[in-house]
Amino acid sequence: MEWLLFVPLAALALGTAAFVILLRNPIYCALALVGTFFALSGLYLLLQAEFVAVVQVIIYAGAIMVLFLFVIMLLDVGHEPPPWLRRDRPRLLLGLGLVALLVLELAVAIGSWIAPGIRGPYTSDYVNAVGNTQLIGRLLFTEFLIPFEITSIILLIAIVGAMVLARRQ
Amino acid sequence: MTQAFNMADLSTALPEVVLSLVAMVILMLDFIVPKGRRDWLGYLSVLGVLLTLMVLCRQWGATQSAFSGQYLIDPFALFFKILFLASGGLIILMSIGYLRGEGADSGEFYALILFATLGMMLMASAVDLLILYIGLETMSICIYVLAGFLKRERRSNEAALKYLLMGGFSSAIILYGIVMLYGLTGATGLKEIASTLTADTLSNPALILAMVMLAAGFGFKIAAVPFHMYIPDVYEGAPTPITALLAAASEIAGLVILLRVFLVAIPGLQDRWALLFYVLSLLTMTVGNVVAIAQSNIKRMLAYSSIAHIGYLLIGVVAGRELGISATLLYTVVYALMTLGAFAMVILLCVGEVKGERIDDFAGLAQRSPMAAAAMLILLLSLAGVPPTAGFVGKLYLFGAAIERGYILLALIAVVNSAISLFYYMKVAVAMYMRDLPPAGLALSPSRPLRVVLFVTVVGTLAIGIYPGPFLDLAKSSIAGLW
Repeated sequence: MEWLLFVPLAALALGTAAFVILLRNPIYCALALVGTFFALSGLYLLLQAEFVAVVQVIIYAGAIMVLFLFVIMLLDVGHEPPPWLRRDRPRLLLGLGLVALLVLELAVAIGSWIAPGIRGPYTSDYVNAVGNTQLIGRLLFTEFLIPFEITSIILLIAIVGAMVLARRQ
Repeated sequence: MTQAFNMADLSTALPEVVLSLVAMVILMLDFIVPKGRRDWLGYLSVLGVLLTLMVLCRQWGATQSAFSGQYLIDPFALFFKILFLASGGLIILMSIGYLRGEGADSGEFYALILFATLGMMLMASAVDLLILYIGLETMSICIYVLAGFLKRERRSNEAALKYLLMGGFSSAIILYGIVMLYGLTGATGLKEIASTLTADTLSNPALILAMVMLAAGFGFKIAAVPFHMYIPDVYEGAPTPITALLAAASEIAGLVILLRVFLVAIPGLQDRWALLFYVLSLLTMTVGNVVAIAQSNIKRMLAYSSIAHIGYLLIGVVAGRELGISATLLYTVVYALMTLGAFAMVILLCVGEVKGERIDDFAGLAQRSPMAAAAMLILLLSLAGVPPTAGFVGKLYLFGAAIERGYILLALIAVVNSAISLFYYMKVAVAMYMRDLPPAGLALSPSRPLRVVLFVTVVGTLAIGIYPGPFLDLAKSSIAGLW
């Protein structure tokens, strides 16, 4: 049954992601990326990760992409012709060849995936029993305390950096 | 599994807490101290670094894991934390006079250097891929901003943008590697990863792919050939103290996480990654040295020379075991000292209109300032690896380790490379001693902090060169229990 939802969502994610790089107008590209985020959020729902799904929509599709759109509109980014209309065919072909090789390599590698890995304590049943959001909150402040705290320092650095680079000298 | 926060964990991270508090205090004081007197923030930052060093030294000899086993203090981490803090302190001292000369003195510059140092310290203690990556980003984001700090200089803008793009790109490659490792083993802890990999999963192509991705991503961070193309432009355009930070500290931090991941998480693949680093090392030192010959800008020349030195450092990684890794540790100290000294000399020559960036600017330095010329000569000899300097001792142990483990060809090529490097280092020495002072040459007036930096680096270079015993013992004891 899951396949009925997974296949269209995955196709939507891949298709919109392709549009992000194929479309000419940067605004359309940004809107296509919003579509990708929605499709991904649907995939997260399928994985029973409701919190991540909602956060994906609120933060990525909502806040970050709206900011992107504003920046694109304010800067009035020119409409660059897509790469296949430019006259550097050999480079394009070389790039496509390398992509094909990488895809093949990944396919072989993932096809040979035999390592079983550690089974963590967080099975779907456990997560549903405790509650998705509660569990993430608890983990952030216990097991992942130090990465969580360092991330706050990274945000501070980013704010200071943006201010340093943006203010007038 | 999920243990609550406790004070014992916090005390293991006390040096990092102190350093971040110092950086935040500097940020706040920046509003109070008027422009033109912000030198004091620089001196205060150095005091903060010294304070952190004092707190850090209480962890001497201790081994303790904290924060659910993601964070580890051990002699290996301590060794590099001391190195990073010392480099950070020297770089702040260099910056004080430099920023005044550029008319850009500000507290944020010092605070960001402190935060970058914090990121490196986290990388040194990380035994979990998650923290390792977050530490790496902490360091990188600081350096992106610092590289573009001189906003009116086009080259500085270019350096920041190039470094941002290549840094983001290489971080993505590292993340791919991390994700594949996690997918294969279900663990992010380095020890846990090693314990899940059994003999029949070790030959899994997906694992090899993860290893190659990690090696490529770290290759960007340590500027190994062929991942080095952005390095010369970034080194040339960034403010000189930040170039020193990139060369002497950030690359070594990259090497630290490389050592941890490859030695602790996937030691079973040593045959394969030793081969990979063999090729990287060979390419890196050869390309670095050969291209450096053609440079006329000293910052570009030092950029290629630092690439070459990364190649030498990788020899130790290839050789492996106690001998190779301890030689690598010793050489990181040597490399940091002489690189910091060389960039301090470049800053010293920033007088008036002359930016001290062309090798021609070194012409007649022996007449302008015999002391400065002598200091530069010692640093150059050390970079080239001539006795009795630290560079010689460091290379001796590195090449010796390679020969001991049967990598005769690699050691031979490294020796040939050292001979090539002598050529371009001596080009600077010839300019200093054999050529006449250009008529426009002004008297040098090094600021007091810059003199301290030159003194420390030159004396350190000579001390390790003449009496390497204690430093080698320290390097050896620092890798005990690493894998």
